[in-house]
Amino acid sequence: MLTLLFDGIAYGMLLFVLAVGLAVTLGLMNFINLAHGAFAMAGGYITVLLMNRAGVPFLACLPIAFVGTALLGALLERTLYRPMYAKPHLDQVLFSIGLVFMAVTAVDYFVGSMQQNIQLPDWLQGRLPIEAVGIGKYRLFIIVLCALLTVALQWVLSRTRFGSRLRASVDDPRVAGGLGLDVNRIFLVTFAVGSGLAGLGGALGAEVLGLDPSFPLKFMIYFLIVVSVGGTTTITGPLLAALLLGIADVAGKYYVPKLGAFIVYSLMIAILTLRPQGLFARAGGR
Amino acid sequence: MNHADTAGLAPTARSLRVYARWRWWELALYAALPLSWLLLPGQALLLNEIAIVALFAVSLDLILGYAGIVSLGHAAFFGFGSYAAALFAKNWMPDPLTGLAVAVGASALLGLATSVLILRGTDLTRLMVTLGVASVLYELANKLDTITGGADGLQGVVMGPLVTPFGRFDFDLSGRVAYAYSLLVLGVSLFVARRIVYSPFGVSLQALRDNRLRAASIGLSVRLRLVAIYTIAAAIAGAAGALLAQTSGFASLDVFDFHRSAEVLLVLVIGGTGYLYGGVFGAIVFKLLHDLVSAWTPQYWNFWLGLFLVVLVLVGRDRFVRPWTWFGRKK
Repeated sequence: MLTLLFDGIAYGMLLFVLAVGLAVTLGLMNFINLAHGAFAMAGGYITVLLMNRAGVPFLACLPIAFVGTALLGALLERTLYRPMYAKPHLDQVLFSIGLVFMAVTAVDYFVGSMQQNIQLPDWLQGRLPIEAVGIGKYRLFIIVLCALLTVALQWVLSRTRFGSRLRASVDDPRVAGGLGLDVNRIFLVTFAVGSGLAGLGGALGAEVLGLDPSFPLKFMIYFLIVVSVGGTTTITGPLLAALLLGIADVAGKYYVPKLGAFIVYSLMIAILTLRPQGLFARAGGR
Repeated sequence: MNHADTAGLAPTARSLRVYARWRWWELALYAALPLSWLLLPGQALLLNEIAIVALFAVSLDLILGYAGIVSLGHAAFFGFGSYAAALFAKNWMPDPLTGLAVAVGASALLGLATSVLILRGTDLTRLMVTLGVASVLYELANKLDTITGGADGLQGVVMGPLVTPFGRFDFDLSGRVAYAYSLLVLGVSLFVARRIVYSPFGVSLQALRDNRLRAASIGLSVRLRLVAIYTIAAAIAGAAGALLAQTSGFASLDVFDFHRSAEVLLVLVIGGTGYLYGGVFGAIVFKLLHDLVSAWTPQYWNFWLGLFLVVLVLVGRDRFVRPWTWFGRKK
């Protein structure tokens, strides 16, 4: 029971790191980016290829995955994404589905369609010797790392100058621009960091979630659930939604394996029907 | 008062009638449907697929092009109709026309039931809810394997002959009867859809697509209209799914897949939204492209599909079908 809870929390934290970039994209520019999972996949593949082909140690791969995906995100933001912001939602959906299809087949072509495995370092394997609660070391590692990241993100958003600029741009891009903030640059940086976090999440999750070319399609709906249920106005909303989703999914698959993801989808439909703005939307927000 | 009312109404009614006039190319299109059956007997299988995709895309156009609802889960109704027709033929009665009616009815009920979900919220919420409904049905069809056959699909569906006033026709291997059947359903559905979108109800749908608040404030009941069109679109999508199950004698999980919802969106966008026949033209172009590209590189067809989508949106959907505007000055 406690083990399930623990695994659920680890899963949820992972989902949060994967999806938080999407929350910012949606909240800031009202852009529906279905291709967010492609960045996560990029991070995962960077790690796998570096570890298996170049022999880079696991811990060194994580920052490389972050930086590499962030650069990729920045490049794509500058070239492809920016003209999309002003377009209707239908165009954004089509565009990002197209990107997903391209990413999936490109990876299939270059790496192959089989599931990729990573060899964790010895000190992350196995379980902690605690009675009654089985705690996987790697899952504990994920939780600690993701918690640190969350605290850091929260600090950046609420205490730094960049954070207040970002919040101002989220609240009203036009007024923020009128006050002299370079909204475009803020968004470029945020998009890059968000993609980088997705890449990091993909690298961390390669062992837990599995990694194959269909990753962006398989987890697209999960990322979107986190964001739409959590709301896009705060960072705690998606965090709570991700934890809820992680625990519900792990527990659901354990207790009623016959229903599978059925519970999660039904729950999402129910929540969104009752509260279309998400569970934790700020009252009176847009 | 009374006098002013009729005086105001007459020009409106007249303009509606002018708006609903048959264009020459519409008539040409309807004439081309039976001609394609006569002139291309060897291609009946491919043409049958095109007709089914076209019907599916037309149903999406009703909610996307006319009511402005972005749906990522339209395959829910397609798949539901498909399974309904296959199950009905397998367990109760092999008559195709009765099966079609049952499938259409079942999909319409599903559309009615799920239409309350799309009334509230933003585009994102609707996207998620429609996607969620399709995923729930996918999971259900996968898990209820005693009824649906699970991941193996529903096999061993034997269709009876098509009983018409002109005689009985068995579905043959070359697919000519199947194609005629699909064409007939497509033609009738197009005609019905045309009557709907050119009626005052159809015009009011476009009003609420363009500005929902304004439509509500001149006294249109937005919710009722959305429920109605969503149900109609679900019924037509169900008909398309039923055609697929009946003409192939098979229903599989693939009909609920995300790919199918995305594909039909693409088909519609290629043909153009909001003028009813976009689905037909889109289906022709899409299927021919698919045939061409997958003959050349079967495994990586999705890459070119994705590239096509990205370029399509970057160039602009409106400009893409008008090549003469590509090199002109931007507005």
